[in-house]
Amino acid sequence: MEHQIVQDASIAEVPVAGPTITARDVNVFYGEKQALFDVSVDINRNSVTSFIGPSGCGKSTFLRCINRMNDTIPICRVTGDIRLDGENIYDTDLDVVELRARVGMVFQKPNPFPKSIYENVAYGPRIHGLTRSKKELDELVESCLEKAGLLKEVHDRLDEPGTGLSGGQQQRLCIARAIATRPEVILMDEPCSALDPIATAKVEELMDELKANYTIIIVTHSMQQAARVSQRTAFFHLGKLVEVGDTRQIFTNPRNKRTQDYITGRFG
Amino acid sequence: MPIHTVKSYEDELALLDKKIAQMGGLAEHNLAQAFDALQRRDPRQAEMVVVADQAIDLLERDIEEQVIEMIARRQPLANDLRHVMAALKITSDLERIGDLAKNIAKRAGAIAEVSHPKPVISGLGRMVELALKQLKSVLDAYADHDAERAIEVWRDDQQIDAMYNSLFRELLTYMMEDPRNIGLSTHLLFGAKNLERVGDHTTNIAETVHYLVRGEPITDDRPKGDDTSLTLVTKHE
Repeated sequence: MEHQIVQDASIAEVPVAGPTITARDVNVFYGEKQALFDVSVDINRNSVTSFIGPSGCGKSTFLRCINRMNDTIPICRVTGDIRLDGENIYDTDLDVVELRARVGMVFQKPNPFPKSIYENVAYGPRIHGLTRSKKELDELVESCLEKAGLLKEVHDRLDEPGTGLSGGQQQRLCIARAIATRPEVILMDEPCSALDPIATAKVEELMDELKANYTIIIVTHSMQQAARVSQRTAFFHLGKLVEVGDTRQIFTNPRNKRTQDYITGRFG
Repeated sequence: MPIHTVKSYEDELALLDKKIAQMGGLAEHNLAQAFDALQRRDPRQAEMVVVADQAIDLLERDIEEQVIEMIARRQPLANDLRHVMAALKITSDLERIGDLAKNIAKRAGAIAEVSHPKPVISGLGRMVELALKQLKSVLDAYADHDAERAIEVWRDDQQIDAMYNSLFRELLTYMMEDPRNIGLSTHLLFGAKNLERVGDHTTNIAETVHYLVRGEPITDDRPKGDDTSLTLVTKHE
Protein backbone atom coordinates (compact mmCIF):
# COMPACT_ATOMS: atom_id res chain seq x y z
CA MET A 1 0.00 0.00 0.00
CA GLU A 2 1.20 3.45 -0.86
CA HIS A 3 1.64 5.70 2.10
CA GLN A 4 1.36 9.38 1.73
CA ILE A 5 3.14 11.76 4.01
CA VAL A 6 0.58 14.26 5.14
CA GLN A 7 1.76 17.54 6.53
CA ASP A 8 -0.27 18.56 9.54
CA ALA A 9 -1.70 21.94 8.65
CA SER A 10 -1.90 23.07 12.26
CA ILE A 11 1.82 22.53 12.70
CA ALA A 12 2.93 23.93 9.34
CA GLU A 13 4.27 27.44 9.27
CA VAL A 14 1.81 30.09 8.25
CA PRO A 15 3.04 31.86 5.13
CA VAL A 16 3.97 35.38 6.02
CA ALA A 17 3.30 38.29 3.74
CA GLY A 18 5.65 40.79 5.36
CA PRO A 19 5.22 42.19 8.84
CA THR A 20 2.09 44.17 9.75
CA ILE A 21 3.85 46.06 12.47
CA THR A 22 7.46 47.14 12.62
CA ALA A 23 8.80 48.77 15.76
CA ARG A 24 12.25 50.35 15.89
CA ASP A 25 14.08 51.67 18.96
CA VAL A 26 10.95 52.22 20.98
CA ASN A 27 11.57 53.84 24.37
CA VAL A 28 8.82 54.59 26.85
CA PHE A 29 9.09 56.85 29.90
CA TYR A 30 6.64 57.32 32.73
CA GLY A 31 7.86 60.70 33.95
CA GLU A 32 11.52 60.18 34.87
CA LYS A 33 11.27 56.42 34.91
CA GLN A 34 12.13 54.57 31.72
CA ALA A 35 9.87 51.56 31.20
CA LEU A 36 11.03 50.36 27.76
CA PHE A 37 14.52 50.42 26.26
CA ASP A 38 15.17 50.36 22.51
CA VAL A 39 12.61 47.74 21.58
CA SER A 40 12.79 46.72 17.92
CA VAL A 41 10.56 43.94 16.64
CA ASP A 42 8.53 42.89 13.61
CA ILE A 43 5.04 41.47 14.11
CA ASN A 44 3.96 39.01 11.42
CA ARG A 45 0.71 39.43 9.55
CA ASN A 46 -2.10 36.92 10.08
CA SER A 47 -0.45 35.11 12.92
CA VAL A 48 -0.40 35.12 16.70
CA THR A 49 2.56 36.65 18.52
CA SER A 50 2.82 36.25 22.27
CA PHE A 51 4.62 38.60 24.64
CA ILE A 52 5.89 36.93 27.79
CA GLY A 53 7.94 38.11 30.75
CA PRO A 54 7.67 38.77 34.47
CA SER A 55 5.35 41.47 35.84
CA GLY A 56 6.71 44.93 35.19
CA CYS A 57 8.93 43.81 32.30
CA GLY A 58 7.28 46.22 29.87
CA LYS A 59 5.29 43.80 27.72
CA SER A 60 1.92 45.47 28.43
CA THR A 61 3.52 48.90 28.06
CA PHE A 62 4.75 47.92 24.62
CA LEU A 63 1.38 46.42 23.69
CA ARG A 64 -0.27 49.71 24.62
CA CYS A 65 2.13 51.63 22.36
CA ILE A 66 0.68 49.83 19.36
CA ASN A 67 -2.73 51.48 19.62
CA ARG A 68 -1.46 54.54 21.47
CA MET A 69 -3.31 53.67 24.66
CA ASN A 70 -0.37 55.19 26.49
CA ASP A 71 -1.49 58.62 25.19
CA THR A 72 -4.18 58.51 27.87
CA ILE A 73 -1.48 58.61 30.57
CA PRO A 74 -0.34 62.26 30.87
CA ILE A 75 3.20 61.57 32.13
CA CYS A 76 3.88 58.90 29.53
CA ARG A 77 6.31 59.67 26.71
CA VAL A 78 7.06 57.39 23.74
CA THR A 79 10.03 57.74 21.39
CA GLY A 80 11.10 55.65 18.42
CA ASP A 81 9.22 54.44 15.43
CA ILE A 82 6.20 52.14 15.20
CA ARG A 83 4.68 51.47 11.81
CA LEU A 84 1.43 49.77 10.90
CA ASP A 85 1.57 48.71 7.25
CA GLY A 86 4.43 51.15 6.78
CA GLU A 87 2.54 54.08 8.27
CA ASN A 88 4.02 55.82 11.31
CA ILE A 89 1.33 55.55 13.99
CA TYR A 90 2.88 58.38 16.02
CA ASP A 91 2.56 60.76 13.09
CA THR A 92 0.97 64.02 14.32
CA ASP A 93 -1.55 63.92 11.44
CA LEU A 94 -2.77 60.47 12.37
CA ASP A 95 -6.30 60.14 13.74
CA VAL A 96 -5.94 58.19 16.99
CA VAL A 97 -9.60 57.18 17.06
CA GLU A 98 -9.25 55.69 13.60
CA LEU A 99 -6.03 53.94 14.66
CA ARG A 100 -7.84 52.29 17.57
CA ALA A 101 -10.50 51.04 15.17
CA ARG A 102 -7.73 49.41 13.13
CA VAL A 103 -5.97 48.09 16.23
CA GLY A 104 -8.58 46.57 18.54
CA MET A 105 -7.96 45.59 22.13
CA VAL A 106 -9.22 42.99 24.57
CA PHE A 107 -8.40 43.33 28.26
CA GLN A 108 -7.68 41.04 31.16
CA LYS A 109 -11.03 41.56 32.83
CA PRO A 110 -14.02 41.28 30.48
CA ASN A 111 -15.44 44.80 30.32
CA PRO A 112 -18.61 44.88 28.27
CA PHE A 113 -20.46 48.20 28.14
CA PRO A 114 -23.46 48.34 30.48
CA LYS A 115 -25.67 47.94 27.45
CA SER A 116 -27.36 45.12 25.57
CA ILE A 117 -25.38 42.38 23.87
CA TYR A 118 -26.40 43.87 20.53
CA GLU A 119 -25.34 47.40 21.47
CA ASN A 120 -21.96 46.22 22.72
CA VAL A 121 -21.08 45.04 19.23
CA ALA A 122 -23.00 47.72 17.31
CA TYR A 123 -21.44 50.65 19.17
CA GLY A 124 -18.10 50.74 17.34
CA PRO A 125 -19.43 50.37 13.78
CA ARG A 126 -22.04 53.02 14.54
CA ILE A 127 -19.64 55.70 15.80
CA HIS A 128 -17.21 54.95 12.97
CA GLY A 129 -20.05 55.01 10.43
CA LEU A 130 -19.19 51.60 9.04
CA THR A 131 -22.73 50.62 8.09
CA ARG A 132 -25.42 52.43 6.10
CA SER A 133 -28.62 50.82 7.28
CA LYS A 134 -30.12 49.06 10.26
CA LYS A 135 -30.16 45.85 8.24
CA GLU A 136 -26.46 46.11 7.46
CA LEU A 137 -25.68 46.80 11.10
CA ASP A 138 -27.78 43.81 12.18
CA GLU A 139 -25.84 41.63 9.78
CA LEU A 140 -22.50 42.95 11.00
CA VAL A 141 -23.42 42.37 14.65
CA GLU A 142 -24.53 38.86 13.84
CA SER A 143 -21.41 38.02 11.85
CA CYS A 144 -19.12 39.37 14.58
CA LEU A 145 -20.92 37.34 17.25
CA GLU A 146 -20.65 34.34 14.94
CA LYS A 147 -16.91 34.89 14.41
CA ALA A 148 -16.45 35.24 18.15
CA GLY A 149 -18.16 31.88 18.60
CA LEU A 150 -20.91 33.45 20.69
CA LEU A 151 -23.91 33.69 18.37
CA LYS A 152 -25.33 30.25 19.13
CA GLU A 153 -25.35 31.01 22.82
CA VAL A 154 -26.92 34.47 22.62
CA HIS A 155 -28.97 34.68 19.39
CA ASP A 156 -32.30 34.69 21.24
CA ARG A 157 -31.33 37.29 23.83
CA LEU A 158 -29.48 40.05 22.01
CA ASP A 159 -31.42 42.67 23.96
CA GLU A 160 -30.29 41.40 27.32
CA PRO A 161 -27.42 43.19 29.06
CA GLY A 162 -23.91 42.02 28.12
CA THR A 163 -22.96 42.09 31.78
CA GLY A 164 -25.42 39.25 32.43
CA LEU A 165 -23.29 36.77 30.50
CA SER A 166 -20.75 34.44 32.09
CA GLY A 167 -17.12 35.58 32.28
CA GLY A 168 -16.06 33.53 29.28
CA GLN A 169 -19.03 34.72 27.25
CA GLN A 170 -18.33 38.33 28.25
CA GLN A 171 -14.75 37.97 27.02
CA ARG A 172 -15.94 36.58 23.69
CA LEU A 173 -18.42 39.47 23.53
CA CYS A 174 -15.47 41.84 23.96
CA ILE A 175 -13.69 40.06 21.13
CA ALA A 176 -16.84 40.41 18.97
CA ARG A 177 -16.88 44.11 19.89
CA ALA A 178 -13.19 44.42 18.96
CA ILE A 179 -13.62 42.85 15.52
CA ALA A 180 -16.77 44.86 14.76
CA THR A 181 -14.71 47.86 13.67
CA ARG A 182 -12.95 45.61 11.13
CA PRO A 183 -9.48 45.96 12.65
CA GLU A 184 -6.28 44.54 11.19
CA VAL A 185 -4.70 43.93 14.55
CA ILE A 186 -6.16 42.65 17.81
CA LEU A 187 -4.20 43.26 21.00
CA MET A 188 -5.04 40.95 23.89
CA ASP A 189 -3.77 41.76 27.35
CA GLU A 190 -4.03 38.54 29.37
CA PRO A 191 -7.43 37.76 27.90
CA CYS A 192 -7.88 34.45 29.72
CA SER A 193 -6.47 35.12 33.16
CA ALA A 194 -9.96 35.55 34.64
CA LEU A 195 -11.48 32.60 32.79
CA ASP A 196 -11.95 28.94 33.64
CA PRO A 197 -10.18 26.28 31.52
CA ILE A 198 -13.14 25.64 29.20
CA ALA A 199 -13.74 29.34 28.55
CA THR A 200 -9.97 29.69 28.05
CA ALA A 201 -9.98 26.88 25.50
CA LYS A 202 -12.83 28.59 23.64
CA VAL A 203 -10.92 31.87 23.45
CA GLU A 204 -7.78 30.03 22.32
CA GLU A 205 -9.74 28.20 19.63
CA LEU A 206 -11.14 31.55 18.58
CA MET A 207 -7.66 33.06 18.28
CA ASP A 208 -6.67 30.15 16.08
CA GLU A 209 -9.59 30.88 13.75
CA LEU A 210 -9.23 34.66 13.83
CA LYS A 211 -5.57 34.60 12.86
CA ALA A 212 -6.58 33.81 9.28
CA ASN A 213 -7.89 37.37 9.00
CA TYR A 214 -6.25 39.30 11.81
CA THR A 215 -2.84 39.90 13.27
CA ILE A 216 -3.04 39.02 16.94
CA ILE A 217 -0.72 39.94 19.78
CA ILE A 218 -1.33 38.39 23.17
CA VAL A 219 0.29 39.21 26.49
CA THR A 220 0.14 36.18 28.74
CA HIS A 221 1.64 34.92 31.97
CA SER A 222 0.92 31.34 31.05
CA MET A 223 3.89 29.76 29.28
CA GLN A 224 1.66 26.93 28.17
CA GLN A 225 -0.81 29.35 26.65
CA ALA A 226 1.93 31.15 24.73
CA ALA A 227 3.23 27.78 23.53
CA ARG A 228 -0.25 26.66 22.49
CA VAL A 229 -1.59 29.69 20.68
CA SER A 230 1.29 31.63 19.15
CA GLN A 231 3.55 31.17 16.17
CA ARG A 232 6.11 33.65 17.47
CA THR A 233 7.06 34.54 21.01
CA ALA A 234 8.85 37.59 22.37
CA PHE A 235 10.41 37.58 25.84
CA PHE A 236 10.70 40.89 27.71
CA HIS A 237 12.74 41.49 30.83
CA LEU A 238 13.46 44.72 32.71
CA GLY A 239 12.08 46.82 29.89
CA LYS A 240 14.14 45.14 27.18
CA LEU A 241 13.21 42.73 24.47
CA VAL A 242 15.53 39.84 25.30
CA GLU A 243 14.63 37.31 22.64
CA VAL A 244 12.07 36.92 19.90
CA GLY A 245 11.67 33.84 17.74
CA ASP A 246 9.64 30.97 16.48
CA THR A 247 7.48 29.72 19.39
CA ARG A 248 8.65 26.16 18.82
CA GLN A 249 12.27 27.25 19.16
CA ILE A 250 11.66 29.51 22.19
CA PHE A 251 10.02 26.71 24.17
CA THR A 252 12.29 23.84 23.17
CA ASN A 253 15.64 25.54 22.64
CA PRO A 254 15.77 29.21 23.64
CA ARG A 255 18.98 30.97 22.59
CA ASN A 256 19.16 33.33 25.54
CA LYS A 257 19.88 32.10 29.04
CA ARG A 258 17.49 34.60 30.62
CA THR A 259 14.68 33.33 28.40
CA GLN A 260 15.46 29.78 29.43
CA ASP A 261 15.57 30.64 33.13
CA TYR A 262 12.26 32.46 32.90
CA ILE A 263 10.25 29.89 30.98
CA THR A 264 11.54 27.02 33.11
CA GLY A 265 10.74 28.84 36.34
CA ARG A 266 14.32 29.48 37.45
CA PHE A 267 14.12 33.23 37.81
CA GLY A 268 15.78 34.68 40.89
CA MET B 1 22.44 27.00 36.25
CA PRO B 2 20.20 28.73 38.80
CA ILE B 3 17.88 26.32 40.56
CA HIS B 4 14.12 26.16 40.18
CA THR B 5 11.93 28.49 42.19
CA VAL B 6 9.97 25.34 43.02
CA LYS B 7 12.47 23.20 44.88
CA SER B 8 10.56 19.92 44.55
CA TYR B 9 10.84 20.27 40.75
CA GLU B 10 14.61 20.49 41.11
CA ASP B 11 14.57 17.42 43.35
CA GLU B 12 12.55 15.45 40.82
CA LEU B 13 15.03 16.21 38.04
CA ALA B 14 17.92 15.17 40.29
CA LEU B 15 16.08 11.96 41.19
CA LEU B 16 15.60 11.21 37.50
CA ASP B 17 19.36 11.54 36.93
CA LYS B 18 20.06 9.33 39.90
CA LYS B 19 17.82 6.60 38.52
CA ILE B 20 19.41 6.82 35.07
CA ALA B 21 22.87 6.53 36.64
CA GLN B 22 21.73 3.54 38.66
CA MET B 23 20.19 1.88 35.62
CA GLY B 24 23.31 2.56 33.57
CA GLY B 25 25.49 1.05 36.29
CA LEU B 26 23.34 -2.10 36.35
CA ALA B 27 23.47 -2.41 32.56
CA GLU B 28 27.27 -2.12 32.62
CA HIS B 29 27.55 -4.66 35.41
CA ASN B 30 25.24 -7.17 33.71
CA LEU B 31 27.03 -6.90 30.40
CA ALA B 32 30.39 -7.61 32.05
CA GLN B 33 28.91 -10.51 34.02
CA ALA B 34 27.24 -11.94 30.93
CA PHE B 35 30.50 -12.11 29.05
CA ASP B 36 32.24 -13.55 32.06
CA ALA B 37 29.61 -16.30 32.21
CA LEU B 38 30.07 -16.98 28.51
CA GLN B 39 33.84 -17.06 28.77
CA ARG B 40 33.90 -19.33 31.81
CA ARG B 41 30.94 -21.36 30.49
CA ASP B 42 29.18 -20.90 33.80
CA PRO B 43 25.39 -21.46 33.56
CA ARG B 44 24.89 -20.42 37.19
CA GLN B 45 26.46 -17.05 36.68
CA ALA B 46 24.42 -16.72 33.48
CA GLU B 47 21.27 -17.34 35.50
CA MET B 48 22.24 -14.53 37.88
CA VAL B 49 22.44 -12.12 34.96
CA VAL B 50 18.97 -13.15 33.83
CA VAL B 51 17.59 -12.47 37.31
CA ALA B 52 19.48 -9.19 37.67
CA ASP B 53 17.94 -7.92 34.43
CA GLN B 54 14.59 -7.67 36.22
CA ALA B 55 15.97 -4.80 38.28
CA ILE B 56 16.75 -2.93 35.06
CA ASP B 57 13.23 -3.53 33.76
CA LEU B 58 11.74 -2.24 37.01
CA LEU B 59 13.86 0.90 36.86
CA GLU B 60 12.74 1.52 33.29
CA ARG B 61 9.11 1.38 34.32
CA ASP B 62 9.82 3.60 37.32
CA ILE B 63 11.55 6.24 35.16
CA GLU B 64 8.78 6.13 32.56
CA GLU B 65 6.16 6.69 35.24
CA GLN B 66 8.12 9.54 36.75
CA VAL B 67 8.54 11.25 33.37
CA ILE B 68 4.84 10.92 32.55
CA GLU B 69 3.93 12.36 35.93
CA MET B 70 6.38 15.24 35.50
CA ILE B 71 4.95 16.07 32.09
CA ALA B 72 1.45 16.05 33.55
CA ARG B 73 2.27 18.07 36.66
CA ARG B 74 5.18 20.32 35.68
CA GLN B 75 4.75 20.80 31.95
CA PRO B 76 8.52 21.12 31.52
CA LEU B 77 9.86 23.53 28.90
CA ALA B 78 13.15 24.30 27.14
CA ASN B 79 16.11 22.50 28.78
CA ASP B 80 13.80 20.85 31.32
CA LEU B 81 11.67 19.47 28.50
CA ARG B 82 14.77 18.13 26.77
CA HIS B 83 15.92 16.71 30.10
CA VAL B 84 12.82 14.60 30.77
CA MET B 85 12.54 13.51 27.13
CA ALA B 86 16.22 12.49 27.16
CA ALA B 87 15.66 10.45 30.33
CA LEU B 88 12.70 8.72 28.70
CA LYS B 89 14.70 7.80 25.61
CA ILE B 90 17.86 6.80 27.47
CA THR B 91 15.94 4.53 29.82
CA SER B 92 14.60 2.57 26.88
CA ASP B 93 18.07 2.23 25.32
CA LEU B 94 19.45 1.02 28.65
CA GLU B 95 16.65 -1.49 28.97
CA ARG B 96 17.53 -2.87 25.53
CA ILE B 97 21.20 -3.08 26.51
CA GLY B 98 20.09 -5.07 29.57
CA ASP B 99 18.16 -7.47 27.33
CA LEU B 100 21.14 -7.94 25.04
CA ALA B 101 23.35 -8.73 28.03
CA LYS B 102 20.76 -11.25 29.20
CA ASN B 103 20.74 -12.84 25.76
CA ILE B 104 24.53 -13.19 25.80
CA ALA B 105 24.35 -14.80 29.23
CA LYS B 106 21.73 -17.32 28.08
CA ARG B 107 24.10 -18.52 25.38
CA ALA B 108 26.61 -19.48 28.08
CA GLY B 109 24.26 -22.30 29.07
CA ALA B 110 23.83 -23.48 25.49
CA ILE B 111 27.54 -23.82 24.79
CA ALA B 112 28.69 -24.88 28.25
CA GLU B 113 29.73 -28.35 27.10
CA VAL B 114 31.75 -27.30 24.06
CA SER B 115 35.32 -26.04 24.06
CA HIS B 116 35.82 -22.53 22.73
CA PRO B 117 38.09 -21.35 19.96
CA LYS B 118 40.51 -19.09 21.87
CA PRO B 119 41.04 -16.27 19.35
CA VAL B 120 37.30 -15.78 18.92
CA ILE B 121 36.69 -15.52 22.66
CA SER B 122 39.50 -13.03 23.10
CA GLY B 123 38.08 -11.08 20.13
CA LEU B 124 34.68 -11.02 21.87
CA GLY B 125 36.46 -9.97 25.06
CA ARG B 126 37.93 -6.94 23.35
CA MET B 127 34.53 -6.07 21.96
CA VAL B 128 32.95 -6.24 25.41
CA GLU B 129 35.71 -4.08 26.81
CA LEU B 130 35.15 -1.42 24.20
CA ALA B 131 31.36 -1.60 24.50
CA LEU B 132 31.66 -1.12 28.27
CA LYS B 133 34.07 1.78 27.86
CA GLN B 134 31.70 3.46 25.43
CA LEU B 135 28.71 2.90 27.69
CA LYS B 136 30.52 4.32 30.70
CA SER B 137 31.66 7.29 28.68
CA VAL B 138 28.16 8.12 27.42
CA LEU B 139 26.69 7.82 30.93
CA ASP B 140 29.34 10.27 32.14
CA ALA B 141 28.50 12.57 29.22
CA TYR B 142 24.86 12.49 30.36
CA ALA B 143 25.72 13.18 33.99
CA ASP B 144 28.08 16.05 33.09
CA HIS B 145 25.96 17.42 30.21
CA ASP B 146 29.05 17.04 28.03
CA ALA B 147 28.13 17.24 24.33
CA GLU B 148 31.75 16.93 23.16
CA ARG B 149 32.14 13.64 24.92
CA ALA B 150 28.85 12.43 23.44
CA ILE B 151 30.15 13.18 19.95
CA GLU B 152 33.33 11.25 20.76
CA VAL B 153 31.31 8.18 21.79
CA TRP B 154 29.17 8.54 18.70
CA ARG B 155 32.25 8.55 16.45
CA ASP B 156 34.01 5.70 18.21
CA ASP B 157 31.15 3.30 17.60
CA GLN B 158 32.75 2.45 14.27
CA GLN B 159 35.51 0.66 16.17
CA ILE B 160 32.94 -1.76 17.58
CA ASP B 161 31.52 -2.20 14.10
CA ALA B 162 34.99 -2.97 12.74
CA MET B 163 35.57 -5.57 15.46
CA TYR B 164 32.22 -7.15 14.66
CA ASN B 165 33.20 -7.36 10.98
CA SER B 166 36.42 -9.15 11.69
CA LEU B 167 34.78 -11.55 14.18
CA PHE B 168 32.07 -12.28 11.65
CA ARG B 169 34.65 -13.29 9.07
CA GLU B 170 36.64 -15.30 11.56
CA LEU B 171 33.59 -17.27 12.67
CA LEU B 172 32.53 -17.97 9.09
CA THR B 173 35.97 -19.36 8.34
CA TYR B 174 35.78 -21.49 11.46
CA MET B 175 32.40 -22.87 10.41
CA MET B 176 33.66 -23.69 6.93
CA GLU B 177 36.64 -25.54 8.32
CA ASP B 178 34.44 -28.02 10.13
CA PRO B 179 30.62 -28.18 10.14
CA ARG B 180 30.75 -29.45 13.74
CA ASN B 181 31.76 -25.92 14.71
CA ILE B 182 28.56 -24.39 13.35
CA GLY B 183 26.48 -24.68 16.54
CA LEU B 184 29.06 -23.04 18.75
CA SER B 185 30.03 -20.46 16.14
CA THR B 186 26.46 -19.40 15.61
CA HIS B 187 26.02 -18.74 19.31
CA LEU B 188 29.21 -16.73 19.39
CA LEU B 189 28.18 -14.87 16.26
CA PHE B 190 24.89 -13.88 17.91
CA GLY B 191 26.89 -12.83 20.95
CA ALA B 192 29.03 -10.58 18.75
CA LYS B 193 25.93 -9.22 17.04
CA ASN B 194 24.44 -8.43 20.45
CA LEU B 195 27.54 -6.46 21.37
CA GLU B 196 27.35 -4.59 18.10
CA ARG B 197 23.72 -3.73 19.01
CA VAL B 198 24.84 -2.56 22.46
CA GLY B 199 27.14 -0.18 20.60
CA ASP B 200 24.19 1.09 18.56
CA HIS B 201 22.10 1.79 21.66
CA THR B 202 25.08 3.54 23.20
CA THR B 203 25.25 5.66 20.06
CA ASN B 204 21.55 6.47 20.41
CA ILE B 205 22.22 7.64 23.95
CA ALA B 206 25.08 9.80 22.66
CA GLU B 207 22.71 11.44 20.18
CA THR B 208 20.16 12.01 22.93
CA VAL B 209 22.80 13.59 25.20
CA HIS B 210 23.86 15.90 22.40
CA TYR B 211 20.26 17.01 21.87
CA LEU B 212 19.81 17.47 25.61
CA VAL B 213 22.82 19.76 25.87
CA ARG B 214 22.76 21.64 22.58
CA GLY B 215 19.08 21.48 21.65
CA GLU B 216 19.88 20.14 18.20
CA PRO B 217 20.79 16.78 16.67
CA ILE B 218 24.35 15.74 15.83
CA THR B 219 24.90 16.77 12.23
CA ASP B 220 28.34 15.27 11.46
CA ASP B 221 28.62 12.38 9.05
CA ARG B 222 29.64 9.18 10.68
CA PRO B 223 31.43 6.49 8.68
CA LYS B 224 29.48 3.24 8.88
CA GLY B 225 31.66 0.36 10.00
CA ASP B 226 29.33 -2.61 9.70
CA ASP B 227 29.22 -4.09 6.18
CA THR B 228 28.37 -7.67 7.16
CA SER B 229 24.86 -7.35 5.80
CA LEU B 230 26.46 -6.89 2.38
CA THR B 231 28.79 -9.85 2.75
CA LEU B 232 28.30 -13.34 1.35
CA VAL B 233 31.04 -15.88 1.83
CA THR B 234 31.32 -18.54 -0.87
CA LYS B 235 33.57 -21.56 -1.22
CA HIS B 236 35.66 -19.76 -3.84
CA GLU B 237 36.81 -17.11 -1.45
